[in-house]
Amino acid sequence: MTMLAAIRPDSWNYALFLHVLGAMILVGALVTAVTAQVLSWKRGGGADAAAYARLAFRTLLFVGIPAYVAMRIGAEWIYSKEHWGDVPKEPDWLGIGYITADLGALLLITSVVLAGFGARRLAQADSGPSIMARSAGVLTIVVLAAYLVAVWAMTAKPT
Amino acid sequence: MSRYDWLLFLHVLSAFAVVASIVLYTVLIVAVWDKDVPGDVVRLFRVSKVGDALIGVGSIGVLVFGIWLSIDVDGYEVWDGWVIAAIVLWFVMGAFGSRTGKIYNAARDRARALAGEGSNAPSAELRALVQDRRGLWSHAGASLAVLLLFIDMIFKPGA
Repeated sequence: MTMLAAIRPDSWNYALFLHVLGAMILVGALVTAVTAQVLSWKRGGGADAAAYARLAFRTLLFVGIPAYVAMRIGAEWIYSKEHWGDVPKEPDWLGIGYITADLGALLLITSVVLAGFGARRLAQADSGPSIMARSAGVLTIVVLAAYLVAVWAMTAKPT
Repeated sequence: MSRYDWLLFLHVLSAFAVVASIVLYTVLIVAVWDKDVPGDVVRLFRVSKVGDALIGVGSIGVLVFGIWLSIDVDGYEVWDGWVIAAIVLWFVMGAFGSRTGKIYNAARDRARALAGEGSNAPSAELRALVQDRRGLWSHAGASLAVLLLFIDMIFKPGA
């Protein structure tokens, strides 16, 4: 059984490559952004908090969003290769993947917008803590947690 | 979940940690590139602690669970060409990563020393350290090794 589980047609590899590489870079962007957002949070306000918030925003915008697009294109590509659309009832792991990807996209976009406004607010002189930057941090943590669940579902494939 | 499912999940999760650290270091190198004020450099390098933890746990995990999988899965052996290639690439990644760490840790330590002396004026020496081409090429080498490792894992040439 383990041998069967490890085999797949060569033609699926390109789609899987794009999907997993996009997911890995996306998780990397989220980890980087969460780290910067937590550091920003701990400093409350001032130049340090603003610099971390700006780093988090730029990472999500310039790395996270493109990686998400690559991951999602790869997902649809391999979905069509494996002909899941012809199956009457899709397996649970596939449903978990779709829910986390689509809900995660909404949360990711919201997080980017909040992080952008939060960074701008913190950059203003004598600004205190920014509720928008903190909300972006919470959302980013939620998205990261959801994608780690998706990694588990995609690899362990629970029925 | 079977033992195979657990091993595969932990192997893939470790790979995610390795790529996440590469993304984090890349973002950090880009962010620190034009900085020459000690306080700014010290601030940005605080983010690297998470990358250090991820690369430590991820690189060990990916090797241990990968070798365990190659022993556990019928039809795969540790001496298969693609498994040996992966192990060689793992060492290449480690060598480049170690060199990158030494170069950027030197920049971080110099920034800390300058900040500790109370200097927060722009430093040409610090700018030269953060823009060290050897560090950039070493990081590019480590990133390429990880990419080739990933390609090897997906396409499994010769398997």
